[in-house]
Amino acid sequence: MGLTFPLIATVTWGAALAAMTLRRPVHSALALVVAFLGLAVTYLTLDAQFLGVVQVLVYVGAVIILIVFVIQLTRNVGLPSESLAVRPAVVGVGTAALVTGGLISCLVASPRFHIERSGEGTAPVKELGEALMANYVVALEGIGLLLTVALIGGVLIATRRPAKKGS
Amino acid sequence: MHWFVGLFPEGPIQTGVSMVVAAAAIVGAFAGLFAVTTWIERKGLGRLQNRMGPNRVGPWGWLQPMADGIKALTKEDIIPAQADKLVHTLAPIVAVAPVIMAYAVLPVGRNMVALDMEAGLVFFFAMGGIKEIAVFMAGWGSRNKYALLGSMRGIAQMISYEIPLVVSALVVAMAVGSLSLVDIVNAQAGYYGGILAKWHVFTPWGLGGFLLFLVAATAESNRTPFDLPEGESEIIAGHMLEYTGFKYALFFLGEYMGLFAVSGLAITLYLGGWRAPFSFLAWIPSWLWFFGKLFCFIALFVWLRGTLPRMRADQLMEFAWKFMVPMVVVNIVVLAMWHYSAAWRFPTAGLWRWVLCGGVLLAAYLGLSKLWRPWEPPSRRVYRYAE
Repeated sequence: MGLTFPLIATVTWGAALAAMTLRRPVHSALALVVAFLGLAVTYLTLDAQFLGVVQVLVYVGAVIILIVFVIQLTRNVGLPSESLAVRPAVVGVGTAALVTGGLISCLVASPRFHIERSGEGTAPVKELGEALMANYVVALEGIGLLLTVALIGGVLIATRRPAKKGS
Repeated sequence: MHWFVGLFPEGPIQTGVSMVVAAAAIVGAFAGLFAVTTWIERKGLGRLQNRMGPNRVGPWGWLQPMADGIKALTKEDIIPAQADKLVHTLAPIVAVAPVIMAYAVLPVGRNMVALDMEAGLVFFFAMGGIKEIAVFMAGWGSRNKYALLGSMRGIAQMISYEIPLVVSALVVAMAVGSLSLVDIVNAQAGYYGGILAKWHVFTPWGLGGFLLFLVAATAESNRTPFDLPEGESEIIAGHMLEYTGFKYALFFLGEYMGLFAVSGLAITLYLGGWRAPFSFLAWIPSWLWFFGKLFCFIALFVWLRGTLPRMRADQLMEFAWKFMVPMVVVNIVVLAMWHYSAAWRFPTAGLWRWVLCGGVLLAAYLGLSKLWRPWEPPSRRVYRYAE
């Protein structure tokens, strides 16, 4: 691995920082693209081929486009002009630190964190598919149903037709 | 290629050299194809429109691509004063780079694939997804309302047609049981009756999937009749409006290379990749078959461009959501029927399988066409937000 990981980490980290600090929402979205791509490359270096590729397909191909459309369509809604930061900075930083620290300590404490990488890593696309369609099929279908409901709800809200003239 | 890589010492240097050679081959071959295609397209369109086409530079205008290249390189590179300079400059690069990466998983001949990925098919579509970002960057970075309109149109179109494109390719992945494009080509080995190749297109679901894939691919690569993002007569050139010189040429390069890539994918999924159609033609080199098929696709796209008028934006969306999406879902059901009817053992079972599966597809096609009623004059368009 050598230099690969530090390089990718720096780029991803920098892009994520840019996404938070840039003033224009579109610039933030584009910086987020770089961060997502960096994550995808990290997955690829960990031999998680399918995950890395799906990361690009879903996040870069779909989520960013969604964000961009939202930015374009809500530009005139009127965001508060003053800074959006939490005012006593200690509260914001403290909450962020608490959440991040809690997540990291949970991860390190879990037994799965310490599983050794087993020899030659191969992308188990087939195993992944079998796990999704057999063990976790209820959860998968549940998520699918949830997304469909969200989609139908979105369409219903969006197509509030103006009152018909004359009838 | 192997002897050339063998000249270098084993280890990281050899890996690096073989990577560079593979990348150079892809970039060289397909960018060269781009030059040839611009000539074919100009000449073909000229003939379709009853004129000569390019005939001044070189014999039969053969050197026209060279002249175009020199012209693009020597033009002034203009960035609008109000434009976002970084985004504007990066957009053409983002448009070309992922397309070139998508070629890595495409087998262009026997043992001729740069990278046999297990999730090759998904990788291909992921690279196609990055193209939308480039279109948005170009439209937004130019600070021009026509460019922004064109890019928004383009993104909406690409998202809508990505669903039928991916689902019609999914059928092949389900039938083969693998996402690797090399496995998909290998699954099409063998011959019916020792003569006709076992391509996927010679099955009901394969034929339906191929036609649906072709339509979706045409839309995805912004070719006529789906060239709304450019729409010269309405929004000038869409997202490419503010580009000049070589950046403009880069967009065209990206678009044509995307067209070749998606045609190559169609060939790989349905037309047996680099395999010969008949067993007695198998002596012709595999890469020649692949590129021969690719040229047939290019000719088809030129023909379509010369024949069909552009669609209207609302027709385009209706066609995607009311026809293409239901059809590709029906095609999955047809695949399941074909898969389970393979166990039929009575005489003339093969014929009945065709009748059953083909019948379902035909019924879906006719039903959806009746529901959509394209022969009636389309209803007056109602503008909800623009009145």
